[in-house]
Amino acid sequence: MGEHIAIEMKGITKRFGSIVANEDVDLQVRRGEILAILGENGSGKTTLMNMLSGIYFPDEGQIFIEGKEVVIRSPKDAFDQKIGMIHQHFKLVDVFTATENIILGMKDEGKYNLKDAAAKVQAICDHYGFVIAPQKKIYEMSVSEKQTVEIVKVLFRGADILILDEPTAVLTPQETEKLFSVLRKMRDDGKSIVIITHKLHEVLALTDRVTVLRKGKFIATVNTKETSESELTEMMVGKKVSLNIDRADPVDPTDRLIVKNINCHNIEGRKILDDISFTVRSGEILGIAGIAGSGQRELLESIAGLQKLDSGEIIYINPATDAPENLRNKTPMQIRNLGVRLSFVPEDRLGMGLVGNMDIIDNVMLRSYRSGRSVFLERKAPASLADKIISDLEVVTPGPTTAVRKLSGGNVQKVLVGREISSAPKVLMVAYPVRGLDINSSYMIYNLLNEQKKNGTAIIFVGEDLDVLVELCDRIMVINSGRITGIVDGREAVKEEIGLLMTKSDDAKGGNANG
Amino acid sequence: MADNNAVLTENSGEKKVREPLFHITKKASVPWQQAWAVRIGSVVVALIVCALITMFLTHIDPIKVYATMLNGAFGTSRRIWSLLQGVAMLLCVSLAVTPAFKMRFWNIGAEGQVLIGGLATAACMILLGDKLPNALLILVMLVSALAAGAVWGLLPAVFKAKWNTNETLFTLMMNYVATQLVAYFVTVWEVPKGSGKIGIINQATRAGWVPVISFGGKNYDYLLNIIVVFALTFVLYAYLKYSKHGYEIAVVGESENTARYIGINVKKVILRTMILSGGICGLAGFLLVGSTNHTVTTTIAGGRGFTAIMVSWLAKFNPIFMILTSALLVILEKGAGEIATIYGLNKSFSDILTGVILFFIIGSEFFINYSVHFRKAHKEGK
Repeated sequence: MGEHIAIEMKGITKRFGSIVANEDVDLQVRRGEILAILGENGSGKTTLMNMLSGIYFPDEGQIFIEGKEVVIRSPKDAFDQKIGMIHQHFKLVDVFTATENIILGMKDEGKYNLKDAAAKVQAICDHYGFVIAPQKKIYEMSVSEKQTVEIVKVLFRGADILILDEPTAVLTPQETEKLFSVLRKMRDDGKSIVIITHKLHEVLALTDRVTVLRKGKFIATVNTKETSESELTEMMVGKKVSLNIDRADPVDPTDRLIVKNINCHNIEGRKILDDISFTVRSGEILGIAGIAGSGQRELLESIAGLQKLDSGEIIYINPATDAPENLRNKTPMQIRNLGVRLSFVPEDRLGMGLVGNMDIIDNVMLRSYRSGRSVFLERKAPASLADKIISDLEVVTPGPTTAVRKLSGGNVQKVLVGREISSAPKVLMVAYPVRGLDINSSYMIYNLLNEQKKNGTAIIFVGEDLDVLVELCDRIMVINSGRITGIVDGREAVKEEIGLLMTKSDDAKGGNANG
Repeated sequence: MADNNAVLTENSGEKKVREPLFHITKKASVPWQQAWAVRIGSVVVALIVCALITMFLTHIDPIKVYATMLNGAFGTSRRIWSLLQGVAMLLCVSLAVTPAFKMRFWNIGAEGQVLIGGLATAACMILLGDKLPNALLILVMLVSALAAGAVWGLLPAVFKAKWNTNETLFTLMMNYVATQLVAYFVTVWEVPKGSGKIGIINQATRAGWVPVISFGGKNYDYLLNIIVVFALTFVLYAYLKYSKHGYEIAVVGESENTARYIGINVKKVILRTMILSGGICGLAGFLLVGSTNHTVTTTIAGGRGFTAIMVSWLAKFNPIFMILTSALLVILEKGAGEIATIYGLNKSFSDILTGVILFFIIGSEFFINYSVHFRKAHKEGK
């Protein structure tokens, strides 16, 4: 019966200090359905589910499982109620095999019986169509394999209710489709599945019902069949938003940055960048797509002067003089002293782009504090720049003297992007600029990038959402394991094609990402 | 519903999972008035607990004990001057470690840096005492003390910057090297031979004795030290808060990655800051030997290098607040010493009281940052 209710949460409230993460939220999960919990970042989706899985304890409200009120104080209590959660950040022991990770922490009578366990793991895999090597060590696995281990782990413990937190964030389109078919199979098997997501097309493709949260509050639960993308967006954001990125044609593009055959390796001697060559032109957005950790960070950092290269050249062509400058193995200071106008929005905003404990003014002057001969700081100009960023980019903050770590993710990013574009860069590199941002902030960032593009800035955009990459970028370069596997035209590319390029060399190595 | 009887279930025999007894949540930012109210409250509670401990262990009236403590710290004008001198010297060493701490460079070698500064001062007094005019001699003493302290601070910094060695161990070990060096030179320069100590240097000529401020025919022995350190406090405050160097120190301390990203030369900042830190320790050594004691022993730093860590942390690395925290610690120390003598109590007893008070002060930070929620009586279902 579809109406059989597995979990009911009633009036759940959870506060962190003065921040209300969940306020009076009601939720029902039925037996044999896939329910999406949809909401923007910071809307309290994960917090709500963490209270089901025993990570947090609600301040107020009740939880019923199969109609009986329960108290879940720890992950163990959650398992006793047959609830299993697959977190966004996997909780696996790297040096253990899949099987060892799966039985870890189980209270069995007597000794662990690895052989039986491996057989049981295999049975679960066969039943649902997972592909997993029980004896493979976690550190040898791809992200998607690790996720499979996490799912099998909770199934092994007999979970009937599976909660998946943003399961597709790290997957390619092909891997996502595979995951979805497994989830559908589990639903047909009578399990209840909850997926936390902010991607609308996934909601529409996979789920039966959707519960929307906004700013910690319950907004509505609707049947997926009876709703639409625009209706869901409106519920999520609270007002109508247009989801269009306006892509202008590049205006007489000229070569600005030429990367030639660069190579580098990491501390263990593994190759991180393998013979990378490409050109970035003025007035153009070059997208970089790839599975996380394919060398994106090192690539940007080597252009910014933060990563030593083994070989190759990075040529910047100064627009004022047309003179080429080789930036390879120069420090950020040397690059700047050459008159290179390069801005960089790194992936790690608070760990690299900004200083979390400093206020907005002090963060804004990170780039400019050296100017002037005085030994003392000049805070007047940075203060007015901070005010300008706050008003132009609609940064929500008590004031310019608030520590940036106290701001929400979107506002942190606005401060960082605002600072980086304030110097009118000729080359702008951005890494995952909308990660963790709400829809409005994301579109504001896309608009800012497009504005820079119109000003003739050469932009490198490292992204993870392929839908956005194909909508925003003029060209998309795909890298995999530090190698370029293709450069495609953004106006003609399709997601699936990029997805294939992202996993291309995995195939060569005999991996199973593409099945 | 049966759930409303959750509180009674212990008797009902049915096993039930209950809400945890209490849980802890992080507070959002707390207004400073409230934070200070908690801190002051913690001192009051600490004093009450100390009073109870005193009554139960010694059967002495705690009010009298506190009166004696205050008397020990402030009782006579001589005591007040000695207190101020103690505060000044502790504050000086605390100022020294603060730039390093702000940079997250855990310099616990202030003790050694002070000692080596003191040793350099004494060496100049002994070796150059009759060769240079007094003003020049004092200048040479000062410069060599600063240089010696700076070198002692720089050495671990060089290794940290070049090979990323652990600065905590390195600076700690440098303390022992300094102590042994002082011990060696004490036997080289001992007066009279065989006494095992240097004694007052240049007692007859007073060569190299830093002049004492006097007016109205009265000498104020410690006033110079106090003025110098007080001035230094404000200079260092401005340096850390308003100078480009101070800004770089803060950035490096908060995130080396960010520092590199914006092109700060992290190694240079580490070296420069440790020269400053060691140099101020050297200054403390100079003041102790050249201005106060006119001799050098292995215990001249008196543990201030370690107490300074606490002063600096308690004040959250703010030099102005450090005036308060160093005063608090010196008052406690002087007062505790006094009750030990007056009531014939063991020195350990005064350490117990000091420990209890510090426990409460440091512990209060927990209640400023977190709140504890106890299990409420089970509410009616809605």
